[in-house]
Amino acid sequence: MRNTITIAGKEFKSYLASPMAYIVTGIFLIATGFFFSISPATYTETSINGFLQAGVILLLLFAPLLTMRLLAEERKLGTIELLLTAPVRDSEIILGKFLGGLGILTVMLGLTLYYPLLLIIFGDPDMGPIGAGYLGLLLLGYTALAIGIFTSSLTSNQIVAAVVAIGILLALYFVGFAASFLPEALGEVIGYFSLSNYFPDFMRGIVDTRGIIYYLSITALFLFLAIRSLENSRWS
Amino acid sequence: MIKVKNLTKYYGSRLAVDNISFNVAKGEIVGFLGPNAAGKTTTMRILTGFMMPTRGDVWVAGYDMLSHSLEARQHIGYFAEAVPLYTDMTVRSYLDFLARLRGLDKNRIKTRIGDVVGICHLEEYIDVLIGKLSKGFRQRVGVAQAIIHEPEVLILDEPTVGIDPIQVAMTRQLIKELGKEHTVLLSTHILPEVSMTCGRVIIIHEGRIAAEDSIENLASMIGGAKRIRLEVAGPSQQVAERLRQIKGVQRVSYQDSDYTVECAAGQDPRGQIMEAIVRSGWSLLSLESIEMSLEDIFLKLTTEEETNR
Ligand SMILES: Nc1ncnc2c1ncn2[C@@H]1O[C@H](COP(=O)(O)OP(=O)(O)OP(=O)(O)O)[C@@H](O)[C@H]1O
Ligand SMILES: [Mg+2]
Repeated sequence: MRNTITIAGKEFKSYLASPMAYIVTGIFLIATGFFFSISPATYTETSINGFLQAGVILLLLFAPLLTMRLLAEERKLGTIELLLTAPVRDSEIILGKFLGGLGILTVMLGLTLYYPLLLIIFGDPDMGPIGAGYLGLLLLGYTALAIGIFTSSLTSNQIVAAVVAIGILLALYFVGFAASFLPEALGEVIGYFSLSNYFPDFMRGIVDTRGIIYYLSITALFLFLAIRSLENSRWS
Repeated sequence: MIKVKNLTKYYGSRLAVDNISFNVAKGEIVGFLGPNAAGKTTTMRILTGFMMPTRGDVWVAGYDMLSHSLEARQHIGYFAEAVPLYTDMTVRSYLDFLARLRGLDKNRIKTRIGDVVGICHLEEYIDVLIGKLSKGFRQRVGVAQAIIHEPEVLILDEPTVGIDPIQVAMTRQLIKELGKEHTVLLSTHILPEVSMTCGRVIIIHEGRIAAEDSIENLASMIGGAKRIRLEVAGPSQQVAERLRQIKGVQRVSYQDSDYTVECAAGQDPRGQIMEAIVRSGWSLLSLESIEMSLEDIFLKLTTEEETNR
């Protein structure tokens, strides 16, 4: 646990020291701000759905840019040798990296809180969907981080890590839309595995336990795969 | 402190370490010597827990590296060949990070950072980003992190490569001092380094141990195999031919009037050589016997391996 926090702290600091996190956050804020301000939902429903709809897609594209360096860079620079020879469990390394990324992502999403703040100042928004929407967005973001860490553990090339993660995320997201074209039973099963299946509920203010369990399971699964991939690298 | 038994490592189908066994006792400084691609780094990476062996057993500081790697790693300091450093950290935060991972508490980290920065002469650079340090100073930071937790076992993979002679001397002195309290395995292909710092040497070549002994014993194991250098005025080919006929002479090579005679183990045919040359009517201008240097031993061991195949 102590080691996990040490690694998380180090990763969080190195995000603050490198331009990538600022660039990603900046573009994310500009883009979501744009969609928030042009979305009719903002004015007719005083909801943040305009932000959320854009935020989901942007997270899928941007979270991997935050995670791509976490392990790939260590491999490239050889610093992975420091971590893997320190008296630290492979799971602590992965969890530490995950928590570091989670920290920066949470800060990034925290900065968007001024959208609901604007609504509160100038209107009377329904807080349920806002809270649930943020919960959904965080969960989805953490899932994306876990997938990004997994792909970063597979290669020493950061670009490859990011592109593969974005590929997996988009596939998991859009497979839900494809599901409606399939026979009902099959479509339902596939829909169950889709990242997009649960998000509309959160936007409507419904905190569905199945959705929470789904996001947490996918996150856990990919963190587990990342730990296995790190372990495997010792045997290659 | 270090025990290696029948260690074998394949990278895919490529054999890098081939069934080697050796021990390093507490307090020893052992040189791990071998040409490029001999398998030194591979062996060290297994000793430090970075990689798992394909076959064989490794114990470090009393722990089985396969089943208790985590405990063993607590007691190992490792200077990796690539000198891995986080270039976006300052020397202080880098040392702090690694000391924490090795379980030192806050106060001790503070004193130990002070200690190692002093030992490695990094005082002025403690708050400088590692990315801005020169190669030699990065090397020192690498040494500093290896000793910050006062490990029982130090594994140093070519710590003196690419630094200036003054620093090389300093590093060797440091290794010697560290050897008083730590067990050290030092890999290098610089031979004088071994004779300067190590009590014992393990020579590895193409993944196998070619020789293992104290430096003095190694020289005599080659059979006190002496070499004699001659200068003779006479027809080169005939002189060489005549020298080869002398009992105890193994090999003769020459260039112009300089001859190098390699003698069989335990033989000293200097008398016969002198006599033969004088009898043939040539004149002996000089004759000296040369002890084999570590370099010679190394070459002899590694090249003989090859001709045996
Ligand atoms: N990660 C790797 N993947 C595949 N082969 C490797 C890997 N690392 C080393 N090898 C191979 O294993 C053999 C031994 O390499 P190793 O790095 O252990 O040699 P070394 O004795 O440290 O050499 P040097 O003096 O050049 O550092 C070499 O043939 C090398 O090509
Ligand atoms: Mg090497």
